[in-house]
Amino acid sequence: MTWLRLAWANLVSSPLTSSVNALLLALGTSSIVLLLLAGHQLANTMSRDAAGIDLVVGAKGSPVQLILSSIYHADVPTGNISLEEAEHWAEDPRVARAVPLSLGDSYQNIRIVGTTHDYLDVYDADVVAGRRWDGAMEAVVGAAAARETNLEVGSIFAGVHGFDGGLHEHDERMYEVVGVLGRTGTVIDRLIVTSLESVWVLHGDEDHGHDPSDDNHEGHDDHPDHDDGHDEHNDHADHDHGHDEHNDHADHEEDHHGHDDHADHEGEEGDHDHGDASLEITAMLLSYETPLAAVSLPREINSLSALQAAAPAVEISRLLQLVGVGLDGLQAFGWVLVVTAGLSLFAALYGSLRARRFELAMLRCLGATRLELFIGLALEGLLLTAFGIALGVLGGHVVMEMLGQWIEQAQGVVLTGWIWVPAEGTLVLVLLGVGALASAIPAWQAYHQDVSRTLSEG
Amino acid sequence: MSEKTQSALDIDGLTFRYASEFSLTVPSLSLSSGQSVAVIGPSGCGKTTLLHLIAGLLTPESGLLSVCGQYFGSMSTSEVDRFRGQNLGIVFQKLHLLSAISVFDNVLLAQRLARKPVDPANVDRLFERLGIAALKHKRPSTLSLGQAQRVAIARALVHRPRLLLADEPTSALDDAHANDALELLIEESASVGAALLVVTHDERVRGRLDMELDLGALR
Repeated sequence: MTWLRLAWANLVSSPLTSSVNALLLALGTSSIVLLLLAGHQLANTMSRDAAGIDLVVGAKGSPVQLILSSIYHADVPTGNISLEEAEHWAEDPRVARAVPLSLGDSYQNIRIVGTTHDYLDVYDADVVAGRRWDGAMEAVVGAAAARETNLEVGSIFAGVHGFDGGLHEHDERMYEVVGVLGRTGTVIDRLIVTSLESVWVLHGDEDHGHDPSDDNHEGHDDHPDHDDGHDEHNDHADHDHGHDEHNDHADHEEDHHGHDDHADHEGEEGDHDHGDASLEITAMLLSYETPLAAVSLPREINSLSALQAAAPAVEISRLLQLVGVGLDGLQAFGWVLVVTAGLSLFAALYGSLRARRFELAMLRCLGATRLELFIGLALEGLLLTAFGIALGVLGGHVVMEMLGQWIEQAQGVVLTGWIWVPAEGTLVLVLLGVGALASAIPAWQAYHQDVSRTLSEG
Repeated sequence: MSEKTQSALDIDGLTFRYASEFSLTVPSLSLSSGQSVAVIGPSGCGKTTLLHLIAGLLTPESGLLSVCGQYFGSMSTSEVDRFRGQNLGIVFQKLHLLSAISVFDNVLLAQRLARKPVDPANVDRLFERLGIAALKHKRPSTLSLGQAQRVAIARALVHRPRLLLADEPTSALDDAHANDALELLIEESASVGAALLVVTHDERVRGRLDMELDLGALR
């Protein structure tokens, strides 16, 4: 107790040196803690969003892009695929669940996903207000999306073609919000979810728009913009199927808005064996019946069809490796700060040892043993280290929470500072080690001090 | 004086050698509790070396050295440290008060390091007697030299040592202060029944203590 109090008194008696050293260590500590927390939550969020999805089937292209666009809704889709071809794989006995996705539109930068009710089950998303959609142009809104857009049950809105806003608005057909989802902490919170038919209806109408003979053509006065949008966004109209058949399709939709009707319609489309007129989707999310499917199914899809199959687990780890390089770089910077702090602490303790060598000699004269002097000086370094670490860990968490709130407002991604990552425990131990190392040499010098010679100097 | 006078210091044929250029020989010196001795001689004659030998900070080459009945030869470094803390009080010319804590804590610390029960009331009384009670919460750096020396004397006596060692306690002081300091050392060591050994080249000390040992004359 005597030595702890003495160590504290010595630290307090040189406040500038002590606080600079503690701050330096705190700075390094908080940067590393911040990166640990962010990296952990990033990886967690990514794997939570992909949980229950073993394979994504979509148009050929970059597999990372396919995963990003169809699971994280963060990139533009790779293109469209024929529903018929996708369903061929969906019916494969190795597949337990297949969820089709049709992407391409948004509302206030919130992406609209055309899909089936299975998509809600992938994320265990429950409707907390209203109900699930029944037919075309009915939509449910994710929790964060609802908060951001102020959409609620009964709201009417028009989807915008493309993801960045400002493109062609589908104002000829309005969506009606029929339900709002509860918070899941996954990507679905930031989405508007509707039936596949809704997307087909809108994009069927668009194709209509190209046909001068279209009776339902209203409000399409911006043809050039419209075309641009198509090129950029791999729209349904990008494929080169006949206009007649599409008119057919659109007519069907105009006539029957019901789900069941549409099923008939699909069957009808399925009759066309050439597949050039079939309905299209953007991607299909598959989960395996058996883990063994991972061995054969992706390879078969990639080699036997015009489709691309990408495994989220593989692509996520590839992505995290890429991100990881950046995080590692930042973390290395944090460690540079820590080492600097360690050296600075060493210099400070060593300097203070030199300045106080007569006091230390006097302590020996007063009855202190060499071991006690060693402990006293080591305590001084460790106390400062512990202070710096505590400040740094606290700072890292507070900054993470502040960043998290800022990012959540801007991006809808949920990051928090109020979690504890196991790696932080290891970090604290390593940092204490750095402090102990920095204190050990001055403490050792104090231990071996020649009291008689020191006193003769003075 | 107690019925049976305890030996505070016994030296017989003590020699010490440092490298080849310095050696010290002390044929004989005995000091009982309550007695005082001035070890005098010019600079460099080995006065401070003798004080360090007695304090157990240096190890003699040969001869007999007994401090309060103890021989250091058989003791470990930390045993000597503890023994020194419990039985000796030392006042150096430079006082080496700990700058980070108050003068009161400086004195309390000495009591703790002597492994004696900490008794703040007793320290207060000591401060009263030395006329420094008003300074107890001050830092050493704010004191005058005379005040600081009183604190150093309090620190050397707070644990009631059996032998008080003083190294050039008056050399840096003017006549009035030197006289004060010497008076204090004599009175206070007597008040706790300690033997007093003063090492000095200061002529003003001559004739003030019970005995005198001139190391310069021995060489």
